[in-house]
Amino acid sequence: MNAVGSAALVAALLVAVYAVVAALIGTRGDRRWVISARRAIYAMCGLLVLTVVALEAAFLRTDLTVALVADHSSTTTPLLYKLTALWGSQAGSLLLWAFVLSIASSAVLFITRNRHREVVPWATAVLAGVAVFFLGLMVAGIAFPDAQSWPFALSDPVPAQGQGLTPLLQHPAMAIHPPMLYSGYVFFTIPFAFAIGALITRRLDACWIRSTRRFALIAWLFLTIGVALGARWSYSELGWGGYWAWDPVENAALIPWLAGTAFLHSIMVQERRGMLRTWNVSLICAAFALSLLGTFLVRSGILQSIHAFGESKVGLPLLGLIAAVVIGSTILIVSRRESLRSERQLDSVFSRESVFLVNNLLLVGLGAVILYGTFFPLISEAFTGDEASIGAPWFNRFATPLAIVLVLFMGLGPLLAWRRVTLAGLRRAVGIPVAATAVAAVALALVVGVSESPTAYALFLVATFTIVAIGGEIWRGVGARRTLAGGGRLEALGSLLTRNRRRYGGYVVHVGLVLALFGIAASYSFQTSSDLRMEPGDTATVGDYELTYERPITSTDADADKIALGGVFTVTRDGEQVTTLAPSREYFSGPGGDPSEPIRSFFEGEPTSEVGRDEGLTRDLWTAMQPDLSSFDAQIDGYDEQYAKLVARTSAETLATPLVQQQLVDAQGQQIRRLTERYETDTPPAEIRFNVNPFVSWFWLGVIVGAGGALFALWPRVEGRRRRVSDVYGARLARELSRTA
Amino acid sequence: MELLIAVVIVVAVAAWVTVPLRRSAAEAAADSRVEDPRVAELEARKQAKYREIRDTELDHAQGKLSDEEFARQDAELRREAIEILKLADAATADASRSKPDLV
Amino acid sequence: MDHDRKRKIRLVVALSAAVLLAVALIYTSFSASTEAREPSEVAAAGPSEESYELTGEVVSYDREGSRLQFEIADRGGEGETLPVEYSGIVPDPFRDGREVIVTGNLGPDGVFAAEKDSLITKCPSKFADEAAENPENVIIEQ
Repeated sequence: MNAVGSAALVAALLVAVYAVVAALIGTRGDRRWVISARRAIYAMCGLLVLTVVALEAAFLRTDLTVALVADHSSTTTPLLYKLTALWGSQAGSLLLWAFVLSIASSAVLFITRNRHREVVPWATAVLAGVAVFFLGLMVAGIAFPDAQSWPFALSDPVPAQGQGLTPLLQHPAMAIHPPMLYSGYVFFTIPFAFAIGALITRRLDACWIRSTRRFALIAWLFLTIGVALGARWSYSELGWGGYWAWDPVENAALIPWLAGTAFLHSIMVQERRGMLRTWNVSLICAAFALSLLGTFLVRSGILQSIHAFGESKVGLPLLGLIAAVVIGSTILIVSRRESLRSERQLDSVFSRESVFLVNNLLLVGLGAVILYGTFFPLISEAFTGDEASIGAPWFNRFATPLAIVLVLFMGLGPLLAWRRVTLAGLRRAVGIPVAATAVAAVALALVVGVSESPTAYALFLVATFTIVAIGGEIWRGVGARRTLAGGGRLEALGSLLTRNRRRYGGYVVHVGLVLALFGIAASYSFQTSSDLRMEPGDTATVGDYELTYERPITSTDADADKIALGGVFTVTRDGEQVTTLAPSREYFSGPGGDPSEPIRSFFEGEPTSEVGRDEGLTRDLWTAMQPDLSSFDAQIDGYDEQYAKLVARTSAETLATPLVQQQLVDAQGQQIRRLTERYETDTPPAEIRFNVNPFVSWFWLGVIVGAGGALFALWPRVEGRRRRVSDVYGARLARELSRTA
Repeated sequence: MELLIAVVIVVAVAAWVTVPLRRSAAEAAADSRVEDPRVAELEARKQAKYREIRDTELDHAQGKLSDEEFARQDAELRREAIEILKLADAATADASRSKPDLV
Repeated sequence: MDHDRKRKIRLVVALSAAVLLAVALIYTSFSASTEAREPSEVAAAGPSEESYELTGEVVSYDREGSRLQFEIADRGGEGETLPVEYSGIVPDPFRDGREVIVTGNLGPDGVFAAEKDSLITKCPSKFADEAAENPENVIIEQ
């Protein structure tokens, strides 16, 4: 099976190379080569399916001869994580990239098989070229084992048991987070490929927009979900209780997302007015380059430590590809700038077009800020020789005002009209939202106060403006629909939404994002957090709540080699029970383990925090604990000494016998039991972090609403309806045509 | 063993992928169902223009545009739509002239 | 105003905004950043108000309740040690011989006063290869 997978992967590379050549020949006009290139892409997809199936089969049967399986899985790893461990490694994530790329490329080439005659060959060449890069990196891993990029590399030596998946990553959100992110990155490759093709053939036109918009929106949707999943995992699994730290790896996914958002808006202007063409093609090339950069940032380790950079052999080639993409796109865009220039101008500053232009600047500006801050350690090292890093406060200083302005625009955009809006119309549209904002301003100032967090206050105000504005838009839209076509309110709403999916889907996305930002602002600015040191029986007061450490809890899981030490806490407020939380700390004997110190190895590795959480619409109660095991040190060391003495006394052959092995395992089990019993009876104090996060659930809800809006906007229209509409207009216009002719 | 499997796979794929190349050039060109790019472009522009007309109508019905402003914009958009229709008709005629069997 | 002039004005405005942003970024970033320094460098520089990211190896420590005091030396464990006073979350992998990063400043008493919760412990060198290969699997406890 592994042989088949390896062969399929190498064959995929050969086919991809052929696809590039065939597509390039096909650009001269001979359609046979274009069709052959397309078949090659389909074949590449089939071969990669074969590769992935072969590799997953190796994971499923825990084939420890394969290094990837030995390093990231084990016989005791749960089924889901056995399968998702595929992309937990360097080679695996390269394979994931290539695999998703092949599926997406096949899909787009199938959809456009009878369209874009001149652009498709170039796009095929670009898509195949990117595939060649990733496939080539993997296959090169055969010749350069240090690169660790060949998925079917053999274990040397074959271990008795696999390392297992890092416990921290054994969480559903983390399981699908990489495929979501990578899908986002890959789906930006498609509009990029078509942009390159359109630039080369000078066909950056309505057809191009129609095809690329859908894929850019799909990419955006995947990235949104990927980023949100990452934040969700951080919040539920890590012991610090936050969801965003402006970490380089987080930023790496956010920056292309910003470019994609700008593109999706700006392209509407090109569609209507033929303007902002240079912006759009630059944005989509940037989105793709940034997606590659995101992959690079995570894979090369360059920002974790510049000294670690050279260790990942994949980093340098990836950087080379990014440079090629950036330089190539720039040359193309500059050389085509005359045909990109639009004849039209902005009709008026008070129009949606001008808002979108400013929007572009804001989003690109925010992206530039984040990019600069992320790479600052390298920049400072280059200029001052000292490596310095920038913390979250600096990012917040810039991101917060930009986010506030963006939220305002999310409401202003829908209120305006294309081309030019009459000032009276604008006043009318803006009136109610402004009034609502004024009311909110007063209400919030009284209830919550401004001084505690002026930026959160500002965000709440613009959020009110935007939500009321969009609500008003939908309301008036229903009214307008009834004017135009009659019918009851609900019916009008239904037909309004389905006939204008893009517009109202977009409004729903705006609402979702505003809710998410509201959740972020509220939970960040008004969080109550306490670090406590408690023993069973202790009670502490945090804000309005009282936290009582009721009793300790322990559990051991022989299969997972896991010891969990935790506690049960009750939370009361004004004397009434609110909830019970059960945080714990889980210790694993596994990757960190030193076999000569079996008990100590549990506490040497990577323990995870099991967070105790009570989620609610208005607030989350969040708690994590870390028992202070320093008083257990003596006992743990004592057990390990016993074990070492026993091993030293026994001959190697006796040790190897299954009976003796079993006795050792049993003895260890007993020692662990004694430890947990002691924990229960003589519980050591624990460091507890208790957070009250107001409205943080709105972050997750907002993202779900936003994703739903995007999905709604994406949903393909029923052809019949469209034909009917164009027939109606066609008839009307034809009538006028005959009148004016 | 792996080499044999690889060779078999490559040969099978190569055979399938080169099928289109074995037809004659004339055969391929005649069989082409690919849409004429000019026609497709004008069709796309027409759809976009219709959407604009619809949106303007909705905006006016919602009160964002005054009656005079709407009348002005609507007239302009319809003029542009008619232009596109004319060009589309001409392009379709050209396209079908160069592909007589497909009409 | 004719169109070309309008376009030029818009271009100038946009470029000025970009330049302003760039200046703001550069100016604020250098003052907001914390430099990474080794204990020997910090000790040599003497007490100061400025914050540094102290990177080094733990030589010994004393933990009393929520208070942690430890001695840190340059990577490799050689040389003079610097005493550090820290309170806050202590990552699980923290112990003698581990590489840590902690942010703070050197006080007049010669003790490095660390900021709360700023202690990060790097995974032991046994993982160094895996850490370099899979950076996202490197969980830096906070």
